[in-house]
Amino acid sequence: MYLDNERRPTLTPQLAFRVAVIGGVALVMFGVIFFRLWYLQVLSGDKYEAQAQNNRVREIKVQAPRGEIVDRHGQPLVENRHSFSIKVTPDKLPEDLGEREEVYRRLAKLLNLNPRRLEKRVEGELRALPFSKPTVKQDVRQELVAYVLERSNQFPGVEPESEFLREYPHGPVGAHLFGQVGEVNGKQLKDQRYNGVELGDRVGQAGIELEYDRFLRGRNGAARVEVDALGNLTKTLRRDPTVQGSQLRLSVDLGVQEVAQQALASGTGKGAFAVMDVNNGEVLALGSQPSFDPNIFTKPISQKRLNALSSDELGKPLFNRAIQGGYPTGSTFKLITATAALESGHITPDTPLNDPGSLTVGGVTFENAGKVAHGVLALRQALTVSSDVFFYQLGQYMNEKGMPLQKWAHRLGIGRRTGIDLPAEEPGRLPTPKWRDRWFKQGLTERPWSVGDNINLSVGQGDLLSNPLQMAVAYAAIANGGRVLRPRLGLRIEDASGQALQQLDAPTARRLKMSKANRDAILEGLYGAANEPGGTSTPVFEGFPIPIAGKTGTAEHVGKADQSWYVALAPYPNPKYVVAVTDEAGGFGADTAAPMARRILAELLDVKETGLVQGGGAPD
Amino acid sequence: MHATTTAVKDFRPSGARFLRIDPLMLLATLGLIAASLYTLGTATQDDIKGDPNYFVYRQAGYAAIGFVLMLLITRFDYSRLREWKLGIYAFLIASIILVYTLGFSARGSRRAIEFPFFNFQASELGKLLLVVALAGFVVDRIRRLTDRETTSRMALLAVIPAMLVVAQPDLGSGLVYLAILGAVLFIAGTPWTHFAALGGLAAVAIVVVLVAAPAVGVEVLKPYQKDRLTAFLNPGENRGKEAYQINQSLTAIGSGGKTGRGDQATQTKLDFLPEHHTDFVFSVVGEEFGFVGAALVLSLFALLIWRALRTLTMAKNFYGALVAGGITAMLMFQVFVNVGMTISIMPITGIPLPLMSYGGSSVITTLMAIGLLQSIHAQARDTAAVKRL
Repeated sequence: MYLDNERRPTLTPQLAFRVAVIGGVALVMFGVIFFRLWYLQVLSGDKYEAQAQNNRVREIKVQAPRGEIVDRHGQPLVENRHSFSIKVTPDKLPEDLGEREEVYRRLAKLLNLNPRRLEKRVEGELRALPFSKPTVKQDVRQELVAYVLERSNQFPGVEPESEFLREYPHGPVGAHLFGQVGEVNGKQLKDQRYNGVELGDRVGQAGIELEYDRFLRGRNGAARVEVDALGNLTKTLRRDPTVQGSQLRLSVDLGVQEVAQQALASGTGKGAFAVMDVNNGEVLALGSQPSFDPNIFTKPISQKRLNALSSDELGKPLFNRAIQGGYPTGSTFKLITATAALESGHITPDTPLNDPGSLTVGGVTFENAGKVAHGVLALRQALTVSSDVFFYQLGQYMNEKGMPLQKWAHRLGIGRRTGIDLPAEEPGRLPTPKWRDRWFKQGLTERPWSVGDNINLSVGQGDLLSNPLQMAVAYAAIANGGRVLRPRLGLRIEDASGQALQQLDAPTARRLKMSKANRDAILEGLYGAANEPGGTSTPVFEGFPIPIAGKTGTAEHVGKADQSWYVALAPYPNPKYVVAVTDEAGGFGADTAAPMARRILAELLDVKETGLVQGGGAPD
Repeated sequence: MHATTTAVKDFRPSGARFLRIDPLMLLATLGLIAASLYTLGTATQDDIKGDPNYFVYRQAGYAAIGFVLMLLITRFDYSRLREWKLGIYAFLIASIILVYTLGFSARGSRRAIEFPFFNFQASELGKLLLVVALAGFVVDRIRRLTDRETTSRMALLAVIPAMLVVAQPDLGSGLVYLAILGAVLFIAGTPWTHFAALGGLAAVAIVVVLVAAPAVGVEVLKPYQKDRLTAFLNPGENRGKEAYQINQSLTAIGSGGKTGRGDQATQTKLDFLPEHHTDFVFSVVGEEFGFVGAALVLSLFALLIWRALRTLTMAKNFYGALVAGGITAMLMFQVFVNVGMTISIMPITGIPLPLMSYGGSSVITTLMAIGLLQSIHAQARDTAAVKRL
């Protein structure tokens, strides 16, 4: 085109063509860009606008703290602790499986978890509940939370969430009452009592937390916030405040509960107790030994450790023997036998019976504990010295139509749930001819009902399965004139400052008709047992300034140590409290259970003791 | 040959040549600078705490320096550059090597030398130097333009600096160099067969770099460069950083709609859009000012390119035409690749948008290049005036 640089030619056709080509390329490219922009901005603008909003606005659920649980004097029993957990948001996780694995690997390394197990668990949860936000780890240190937040590009879909965890300032004290809080399950979500609860929320899953969940759980708040690319909050757009759950005041007395658990712990290792107001059913203390520190449940707990807590080697610490245990109660049952015999007219308080040391019925000989012969005695004396033969005879007489012993035992709450405001209560078993004959028909036992069964029951032996709370209810009914109470732990619902919002009504009691003379006679017998010479627990309560009535019990187990029982009513003659204690391998009632009861009563009645009382006394 | 220009100068009062510049090209230039400052002003307010105008002031400073240089070059006889081609070429190569050995590392690649006020990015100025030198070499072989040897020599002269900047690594600038080579040869009248051969060679080179070399264990591209390519090829499947950038850019531009989101431009303001003051500045325009704003900026670029092409056809000599062609290609390539990247029709290459992206080296180089175009324009009109006389 040019033959010489300086000779300015007219535009050669070739150059003109080539410039036109460049111009054409430019035109096409501008055209493509314009069309693409038109498509993106004008035709798809709304979609991208929504995407930009979605980028920017995040709805953050703010977990409401649960209400606290306090004892009857307002002492905190269950509190809240602020913590962070690491969660996975499925729609923000990488779709590519390899990349996902990489995220899990990084997370596992950071949180010191097994990457394979973590992936399996999280993916499993996502399959089961596709819209859930599985928790990777709870109660994570603040530094780790900051680390994850600062490197959000390395952890796509991983989000720390602030949450409240339960805290138990007194450790194992009352551990069996509170129960746990956990994520709501599918069944609960369908239940209308859980209205307003959403996937991932934490609700009471056991104990008081479950029973009073509707009061304790608060209303979650939500915040619509604007975030920047790093997930930093830049602006709060809207905020629905959280409402903390109401405070729950229990009838439990922290001091009594603590002393009772210490007393039980001084025994042979397994046992239970129940302390109740005989007039209104308020439970002042209820517990089981061995106990555990519920704080362990606020952190993730390994299955192995969880299994250990239910294992026999450790004595099943999670098992609440006070309401789930099933034991023969030994001579503490005699009060029920006495009530039945008196009210069904077999004896009067003064009917004399002979106790030659043993009773032979149908070729089987039933002996007194310690093989002593008490001679002729009436009810009061029989209770005081705990004559077995006296009650054997009552058992023998009452093995008749109508089965008055079973009838009265049932009325007094033996072998049935007390209805305490705790889930998972076990009814136990009251042996009856009907029950035994059915078992016999099914081949579950080698013989049908016989009079011997009733004789055994009369002294709380044989097939009887009961627990300290049932005994406390039965004793309370006799002490209060025949009202069988439904024990209760919840007193009232309060605001955070302790102002009452709602009084939890005392449940109506079942009324039994009992004559005052009969009741007085029984209480006198029990008073004698703890105070008069020859009384089975008199030595244990020597020097105790407040008069009490109490009954020892020794339940025999084949091939195992005897189980020690004690049930006390105090103060005598107008009892306010009932204390029922048992130690599974404590020997005679006076050996271990009675001294434990004394420690509990001392705390309950504000008695200053100079030292611990040793067990010991007559067999019963 | 200086006689002509000297003679012209004798005829007219000094400074009259400014009257012979292309006013539309000047308008496009000033419009883009204004658009850049306005966009940066809204986009970078919160980027540096306590200094909302940091990027605007600095960009204005660069533009001022560049504008003065542009005016000086406009008055300068560009043909003198042809004689200095060897020196210019040597400076080009030396500066790139110098940067590579002395330069500091910006996000993993060494491409700049730090000065108190700005960082000198040799590969940016190199674009213009390559145009000027390459055009000079071509003019030297003016009677053998269709020889295969000419084409291969020119290709070699351009590929050497291109390889050097790719090694920095600065793939984008390397591609710009190749675009310049193509344009200069194209304007020089290199036969189509030669272009076909060069294209074939490039295809082979791409296959070697992407497939063969990695297969035998030699990685030519850095991992992030490969990520960019794969992210471009399948943006949906890839959730890495590159695809994230593309998606955020698309979201930003798309959400701008017809007239833009103005103060509500959250993609930019909340940092979802990466590199919003440099490589993705066009996405900011798209989000804040919508289709209208983006179209306005593109129109200014179209105007600039049209006037550049027009200058090419007017050039008083062959050298001027070649330089104008190289500069046109340089501008076009950068605009299309950069804008194409933000709307996901081109892969991410890290090429700035001329005059719009924040950065001294790029702004000053572009303004100097426009100065050269204006010089070519002015001299062409001078010559025409002399002829009329």
